[in-house]
Amino acid sequence: MLFKIAIKNLLGAKLRTWLNVFVTSLSFFMIILFSAMYDGMREHAKQVTINTEIAGGSYWHPKYDPLDPMTFEDAHSVPPIAIKGLVNQGKAFPVLVSQASIYPNGRIMPVIMKGIIPEQNIVNMPTKMLAGHDKIAIPVLIGRSMAKDAKLEVGDTFTIRWLDANRTYDADEGTVVHIMDTENFKLDMGHIWVPLHKAQEMLDMKKEATYVTYTKGLPIVENKGDWIPRDVTYLIRDMEALIEADEPNAAIFYIILLCFAGMGIFNAQVLSIFRRGKEIGTLMALGMTRARVVGLFTLEGGLNALLAAIMTVILFGPLLWYFGANGIWLGMDYSDGSMGLIVEKYLIPVYSVGLVVTTTIVVSIIVLIVSYLPSRRIARMKPTDALRGKVAV
Amino acid sequence: MEQNIVIKIKNLIKRFPVGGNFFTALKDIDLTINKSEFTGLVGPSGSGKTTLLNIIGGLDSPSKGKVSVLDQDLNDTSHRERARLRRENMGFIFQSYNLLPVYTVFENVELPLILNKIDSQERGKKVTQAIEWVGLSDKTNSRPAMLSGGECQRTAIARAIVHQPALVLADEPTANLDAENSHHIMKIMVQLNQELSTSFVFATHDEKIMAYLRRIIHLNDGQITKDEKIDNPKSST
Repeated sequence: MLFKIAIKNLLGAKLRTWLNVFVTSLSFFMIILFSAMYDGMREHAKQVTINTEIAGGSYWHPKYDPLDPMTFEDAHSVPPIAIKGLVNQGKAFPVLVSQASIYPNGRIMPVIMKGIIPEQNIVNMPTKMLAGHDKIAIPVLIGRSMAKDAKLEVGDTFTIRWLDANRTYDADEGTVVHIMDTENFKLDMGHIWVPLHKAQEMLDMKKEATYVTYTKGLPIVENKGDWIPRDVTYLIRDMEALIEADEPNAAIFYIILLCFAGMGIFNAQVLSIFRRGKEIGTLMALGMTRARVVGLFTLEGGLNALLAAIMTVILFGPLLWYFGANGIWLGMDYSDGSMGLIVEKYLIPVYSVGLVVTTTIVVSIIVLIVSYLPSRRIARMKPTDALRGKVAV
Repeated sequence: MEQNIVIKIKNLIKRFPVGGNFFTALKDIDLTINKSEFTGLVGPSGSGKTTLLNIIGGLDSPSKGKVSVLDQDLNDTSHRERARLRRENMGFIFQSYNLLPVYTVFENVELPLILNKIDSQERGKKVTQAIEWVGLSDKTNSRPAMLSGGECQRTAIARAIVHQPALVLADEPTANLDAENSHHIMKIMVQLNQELSTSFVFATHDEKIMAYLRRIIHLNDGQITKDEKIDNPKSST
């Protein structure tokens, strides 16, 4: 019986119903979109790191610690045969890491110099641009932020000074052959990339490497010597820790969005219900019990939430899909790493099942509560007061 | 029903809190109304007629005294039982119609039957019949906003009698209507009173209604000042 009346009330109220449903639907949309953007930002940072830096994982020289540049000096050797085999098959590429100093425009800048195979296609880096520069002493690839910082352009030259395997300082002229646009600021700021054979020659470390990055989906080789396998989980652990540390912020962000949505829904529902005080009085005069009046309005709230969920799919679904496929223009460039996390210019929201289900349930509960509370208050009034529309908020 | 008595009131007093004091709206009311009576509570504004009507309808409770409606002692009944009494045995007609604006005429009239859980087939028959009684068959699918005041009140009457209650309580039913519509409405109610033996109690100070009443209970300052039977009202013709 209540269901029938509730449906009639909702469909009969037309504009009022659709306004309430729209407000609720907008809340669904905003919460899902903003939370998905937040999730997307974190997921994107992870994916970019994997695509541009980590691939399937790496084998590290036992002395290599990327967080301690002092280890670079000793962290190099010829990779074990099994690992070298992967390189020969094109399933991995070696990187030789060393400290260096550059002198662009008369300034001195400490950098990490990395030698990489120009032909590699395992990580998403324009290393091919390093190939075919036989007449250049040291072809150098740098990132856009590094170029900006050092005031360098393609074709510019500068002095590079390094310490070779014999602990002898040497220097030569590097030439910028390409400036790459990368979303991963860890490949950009403070880094210069040179062809591997050139780095090995400069450092007097023939056939040596610091780490070898392998393609996705490869199992760990058996004869890896004392080199240490580092899988994706290990290599993104810092990022995972950062994301985990950010969970409370994400939760607070979600709660703030819910509060905003809750206030919108509360206003719409309370206004709607208190405007119907006389109607409630009439229903009581016709013999509807207080419990049923409360049940009716709560049920209307529930149906409102259901319609809002359907409206969200129909009205905002295409928009959510579009953002999910094409991303949202952020209007700012964080590629210099100033956010402390990789942030793309276009942020692609990630809609998880958990987010959608949780949001639907939580918003529906809010709608039910804000329908239940005011209707209970009105139903507790004397029918004569309700009939006169004498309703106080 | 005890000797055809529909309403029995003994020593009724109703007080309302006003600031720190109490205002006595009804003083020592003794009243008995029988089945099929066509009675009016008549008096100036503030005389207590609407308050008395609300207490009879179980919408308000007495401060003192005993009120029995259709053999049910309203002093001893719960809110739920009073709601059931109204739902099954009473019909209400309000001055401002109190129709649900989002419902059509048919749906407004259907509402008491839905509340009484009457099955849809029987509901359809009864609603159609009630709408015919009040002459609104051509307005079945209209909403209140599309109706005149007279048509709205006729819809309210149909809603009040569709479940054929033993008692209909009407609070100033013609206050918002012109003379022609008032007479039309009263004629419908007289006809229903005669055909269905439904008891009608009006709260009014409208002279046009008084001409139809077979019994007039005069109220003044919360007291019954006169209780008169009318020998030749319009309702008897």
